Amino acid sequence: MQFSSTSNYIVADELALAVQAAVTLEKPLLLKGEPGTGKTKLAEELAASLEVPLLRWQIKSTSKAQQGLYEYDAVSRLRDSQLGSDKVHDIANYIKPGKLWQAFTASERPVLLIDEIDKADIEFPNDLLHELDQMAFHVYETGEQISAKHRPIVVITSNNEKELPDAFLRRCFFHYINFPDAETLAKIVDVHHPTIQRDLLETALEVFFDVRKLPNIKKKPSTSELIDWLKLLLVEDIGVKDLKESNGLMPMFGALLKNEQDVQLVEKLAFMSRRRER
Amino acid sequence: MLIEFFFCLRKHGLKTSITELLDLLNALEQQVVFADIEAFYYLARLTLVKDESQFDRFDRAFADYFEGVEQVDLAEAIPEDWLRRSMQRQLTEEDKAKLQALGGLDELLKTFQERMKEQQERHQGGNKWIGTGGTSPFGAYGYNPEGIRIGQDGSNARRAVKVWDKREFRDLDTDGELNNRTMQLALRKLRKFARSGSADELDLDETIRATSKKAGLLDLKWRPERHNAVKVLLLFDVGGSMDDFIYECQQLFAAARSEFKHLEFFYFHNCVYEEVWQSNERRFSEKTPTRELINRYGRDYKLIFVGDATMGPYEIAYPGGSVEHWNEEPGAVWMRRLLNHFDSAVWLNPQPREHWRWHHSIDMMHELMSARMYPMSLDGISDAITTLLRKSATTAPVS
Repeated sequence: MQFSSTSNYIVADELALAVQAAVTLEKPLLLKGEPGTGKTKLAEELAASLEVPLLRWQIKSTSKAQQGLYEYDAVSRLRDSQLGSDKVHDIANYIKPGKLWQAFTASERPVLLIDEIDKADIEFPNDLLHELDQMAFHVYETGEQISAKHRPIVVITSNNEKELPDAFLRRCFFHYINFPDAETLAKIVDVHHPTIQRDLLETALEVFFDVRKLPNIKKKPSTSELIDWLKLLLVEDIGVKDLKESNGLMPMFGALLKNEQDVQLVEKLAFMSRRRER
Repeated sequence: MLIEFFFCLRKHGLKTSITELLDLLNALEQQVVFADIEAFYYLARLTLVKDESQFDRFDRAFADYFEGVEQVDLAEAIPEDWLRRSMQRQLTEEDKAKLQALGGLDELLKTFQERMKEQQERHQGGNKWIGTGGTSPFGAYGYNPEGIRIGQDGSNARRAVKVWDKREFRDLDTDGELNNRTMQLALRKLRKFARSGSADELDLDETIRATSKKAGLLDLKWRPERHNAVKVLLLFDVGGSMDDFIYECQQLFAAARSEFKHLEFFYFHNCVYEEVWQSNERRFSEKTPTRELINRYGRDYKLIFVGDATMGPYEIAYPGGSVEHWNEEPGAVWMRRLLNHFDSAVWLNPQPREHWRWHHSIDMMHELMSARMYPMSLDGISDAITTLLRKSATTAPVS
């Protein structure tokens, strides 16, 4: 298996290696990195390039590990029993498979994305240890043992809101997606906006990296924000000149700066540099 | 295989386990990478290190280990011909003559590392330092027949820079004894579950009972989910001597915030007086009277002070002692009022316990708190929580 950059996704070499190792050794791959560096997108692109289905399990603060395995719908069963339905005699009719179950029983080897695992309760990863290790679990209600036909390719993303337990980490491969350098970023932009002019792109990237380098900035703009910003620049037909000569805030700053204080900070700095030039 | 490397990592303080080493060996066996030291570096990091804040340690350990190995093992294991031939394939006759200029490849790498150490800033042009556009052997976009390319995108196989020597994860390394997770786990002990809020969980027992009462006609009963019902009031000391402990405090704050639903926090400076505030930027315009804290929050709130309690003794004991404003009543009076109202309170002090006796004000605060002051370490937090949960600790000091 060789996973590499596609027509709409650029993969760094070390990330490609990480994916390859995780797929070959059938280990879950844990991805961390700044928001907007393409962690979730990786799973989508991986599934697309392998031509297998993608199962996405979006984690929320109320998510329980059990929901990924299965849920028992007691209420419908009780209601069916009132209506005298025949279904009621078989408890299996009321077991709803969760994402892990679906991944384990899929006919081909799927990609399972466990998105933003850090959003869940602090015990959540511990509850999944055995299931991810053995790729099997027991259904208490029916006494069934569900084990994976093919071990799914598991991709887990985290934004570092909570730290994950050691025991869980030991079972994963870990890759930290570094923020791309200017050159890689230019490639990424090229994939999204192939028609952008060379010099506009260069100036825009300069502005973008300047903003990222500002000390004390609350929310650093990321790749996805850059791409949105460039889209706006293209739509509004803003030329290199406008971009270079914009005193104060850059045009369409709303796409890059998502925090009121950051906007003020950039404005203040621009004001100061203008004064210095005079 | 790689046992020495494994121990070298552990020596550098990485908590790598045997299962992870086996994973790495397994990956090598399956030939995920082959004879490519940079790929091996990434693979080893992928399998052995699970936290980006440890990457820098890994880089150092890796450099440490492979410096030794390159001199001993590789030099003997790989015929010199191979190296020379692959080098020569890329060089013209003219270049080869120049190759001797700096004494060959080994010499080049060594010089590179030395200069890396010497050089502090970014550099452009010139012929010695690592930078861009010059004729120095080290840098990008320049020309030197035996140069080392840095940060210039070329074919990966030939990229000479050793990634681990860049140590780009240096900023992330924290000596994380008191990290977010351990702190959260400590705070977890303060959990007290109670069912409150909207009823959205099926209460099976109650449903069966109700249904059988109605002779089998289905009657669903719901109950609220269990939530952590502990209420916490955090008072943070900011500014001045607390600047050194901002990081620890942020960690505690972040941990507490995601752990408790009922968490209120306020700031004070050095000692609590008649007013506290919630936003440091608007601290002079938006203040909350301390009396309001007492009126608004019930006595069942757990009161936690966080501060180093390092100040002049007059700041606690005398009216007008505050360094910022004229306070009508001494800080000690306000402390006692708070402690009288709230059933359980503790003080967490980021100063190490050994330093406490050097500050008279810490003694005074310790006494005011009836000895319920704890260092902000894991043990300290655990002890503090035990105190908070103990009912008998509620006797407030007599003023």
